Amino acid sequence: MSDDLIQRVRNVIASVKRLPPEKVSVDSAFQELGMDSMDAVEVLFALENEFDISIPDDEARSVHTVREMAEGIERLIAAKAASAPAAQS
Amino acid sequence: MRRVAITGLGVICALGRNTAEFWESLCAAQSGIGPLESVDTADLRFRNGAEVRGYSHQPYFEDRRADFLDRFAQFAVIAAREAVQDAGIAWTPQLRETTAIVTGACVGGQSTEDTGFLDVYKLGHNRVHPLTIPKTMANAGASHISMEFGVTGPSFTISTACSSAGHAIGQAYWMVRSGIADMALTGGSEAPFSFGILKAWEAMRVVSPDTCRPFSRDRRGMILGEGAAMLVLEPLEAAAARGARIHAEIVGFGMSADAAHITQPSAEGAAKAICGALRDAALRPEQVGYVNAHGTGTAANDPTETRALRLMFGPHAERLAISSTKSMHGHALGAAGAIEAAATVLALREGVLPPTANYSMPDPECDLDVIPNQARHAEVEYAISNSFAFGGLNAVLAFRKT
Repeated sequence: MSDDLIQRVRNVIASVKRLPPEKVSVDSAFQELGMDSMDAVEVLFALENEFDISIPDDEARSVHTVREMAEGIERLIAAKAASAPAAQS
Repeated sequence: MRRVAITGLGVICALGRNTAEFWESLCAAQSGIGPLESVDTADLRFRNGAEVRGYSHQPYFEDRRADFLDRFAQFAVIAAREAVQDAGIAWTPQLRETTAIVTGACVGGQSTEDTGFLDVYKLGHNRVHPLTIPKTMANAGASHISMEFGVTGPSFTISTACSSAGHAIGQAYWMVRSGIADMALTGGSEAPFSFGILKAWEAMRVVSPDTCRPFSRDRRGMILGEGAAMLVLEPLEAAAARGARIHAEIVGFGMSADAAHITQPSAEGAAKAICGALRDAALRPEQVGYVNAHGTGTAANDPTETRALRLMFGPHAERLAISSTKSMHGHALGAAGAIEAAATVLALREGVLPPTANYSMPDPECDLDVIPNQARHAEVEYAISNSFAFGGLNAVLAFRKT
């Protein structure tokens, strides 16, 4: 995972939860951050907008830490790039 | 205080256009859930809903009258007409003056609003249809029912999300019981299928991509539904004196607020509303035989509701028969409490408990008797119907077999 991607994921979560960014580390578990189910759907919404991806419900349910979230997003970005038509060289 | 009888029922929903069709589907565990017809679902994460399939305002309304009624208000009037006819009401000037109308509605005329927003925000039109406001307002159902029958008594609409109709019927019950009204038309109606609001539901991540499986371990969320149900309430003595058919008695109403979280339900708040309904009815928990559950089929509701029932009923919870008919008619939001009240009343009257359909596997967190997949013959004297809303506002109704 790139540092940039992790940084963006941390920033999005911090912004939704109104936490100082340094409180959200790559090893933070959502539970430690005090995230409830409504916080979680807001974070997913914000991440979908940030990365222009769609995060399926079933995948989202199995994610419990910032690291898992960043890994999942990386996979979704890669899958999206692979399925996109090879235009705009 | 007066005892209150239910003398009229009217239902229109995914399970049928009238009470008889509705009851037949419930007993057969026949689900009304299927691919949505009224909205293009290509850009949605879910495809299914519990719609009144093939609905058209004809033969219910002349074209010009229908122009004034959003789909949700049409459903309200259709259900009220059936309930009034079922009750065999002979209107007199005095009865019209002393009849109350209390309806529940959560989102109001959504498809009308959506069309207006599409006009100004997307299509670049500089004006929307002049009937957008009167068609969208949540009280349109109550207003059109009052005009339909010339009823001039106290009339209003309650909007408490998924508890709207439960709160409405409860208020109407108390008004008839106390003598504020000599009769009430009460229930709820909803027609939430517009693209904009479906997108909002999608973002909540609580709608199932396939079907609604309340209390089942593999449940994946709720399925939205539409429709209306209306009840005619009148004093038991007056109903008996005029020889009316009494479907059941309404004997208690309880409400509470979770005061906890805007979407996460609370077992304590739910139990408090159940407790209130039993206290209002002067019932001991052991007297209740059937619970029509809120049972949305979401990850959060079903285990929380199970905990609430255990909190309230203690060891008797093991002997309670519980079902979620949302598995068949979907979650009709502001109409849910009314459609489910109708199901509960019919269950008492007919001695048949409707099942929880689509049930496939036990969940240790929802380990009560949920009447899986098959209706059950059972003579039950008392039953309750639960409504627990987003926002934590709860309403529970208690009924007695006549």
